[in-house]
Amino acid sequence: MFVKTWGGWGNFVPRRSAMHEMGIAMEILTIASASIPEPLKGAKVRSIRLKVGKLTAVIPESLRFCFDIVSKDTPLSGAHLHIEEIPVVARCKACQNQWTLSGPSFSCPFCESGKLEILSGRELDIDAIEIEEDDDGKPVKGKA
Amino acid sequence: MEIKVVQKVLSVNERMAEENRRLFSEKGVCVINVMSSPGSGKTAILEKTLARMAGKVPSAVIVGDVCTTHDADRLARTGVPVLQINTDAFGGDCHLAAHVVEKAAGELDLSRIQLLFVENVGNLVCPAEFDIGEDRRVVVMSVTEGEDKPLKYPVMFRTCHVTLINKTDLLPHLDYDLAKAKENVLQVHPDMPIFTVSAQTGEGMTGWVDWLKACVEEKVSGGR
Repeated sequence: MFVKTWGGWGNFVPRRSAMHEMGIAMEILTIASASIPEPLKGAKVRSIRLKVGKLTAVIPESLRFCFDIVSKDTPLSGAHLHIEEIPVVARCKACQNQWTLSGPSFSCPFCESGKLEILSGRELDIDAIEIEEDDDGKPVKGKA
Repeated sequence: MEIKVVQKVLSVNERMAEENRRLFSEKGVCVINVMSSPGSGKTAILEKTLARMAGKVPSAVIVGDVCTTHDADRLARTGVPVLQINTDAFGGDCHLAAHVVEKAAGELDLSRIQLLFVENVGNLVCPAEFDIGEDRRVVVMSVTEGEDKPLKYPVMFRTCHVTLINKTDLLPHLDYDLAKAKENVLQVHPDMPIFTVSAQTGEGMTGWVDWLKACVEEKVSGGR
């Protein structure tokens, strides 16, 4: 029998995130940074396009707030998060009807079956990033 | 200029969770992720559950809290290995992510256990989004909370496999509408098994423990 404790971030957990949107914002920063091709490294990122399903525990406003903090002093600083909210769409496995859910009721409105397939709404995807260009179509260098 | 990315934001966590799942399967360990709001009685339920598993199903617990080892101290009295994760000494992380569970599991002798509980940080929002490589996800609500918890936190109740409604010994003193609470669970997750339990008196624990034993048997026999 033993009880072992890890405390603090220095010795165990590498990432600090007071709300989970912070950790998600950090992941977005990492993925977006790694997606910039080598010749464009350091270019200013104008926006990041995201798909966030309505059936995720992510609040777009919190995510934007956190991203602004974690992207400070990086080439992604000031990049706008374009968040496309994806509705929850389900299909009934019994009667094959398909509909968009407007609230937390997961039974088929047509036949009342509870056997559903969730077709969309669980997305948390980074779709694309947009590099800022000057009037000549050349990439603008970022701050950092 | 647009650069296509098309990647899941939590792909790193998901990859790590899959690695955990592979490791746990290899070792034949059934992993149960236990989640609830703070104070629903996760620790009390685990204390009573572990007592019933003693001598039958070798178990261990990884317990996540922001601060303190109070839960781990309580659980260790049941005689099983307990590993406490403190996400921060001063108001830290709100959930356990896959890499944290991987590190903690590395401290346990997985070849000696068949059942691993991960008692997540008390929170009905954030842990819903993080796969840790578990076999089953359990959400606990208690009769001292609102009957509408499932409607307020549908992601959690959708992503879990079973609901426990705890503290039923308090029902005579409350206005709690148990039928309504169950109806709300089933509205969000039709067909979800619900066990009404009292960790205090032990009432209703047998059904839950039998459900767990079936999960372990399935895992140990390589069914999942």
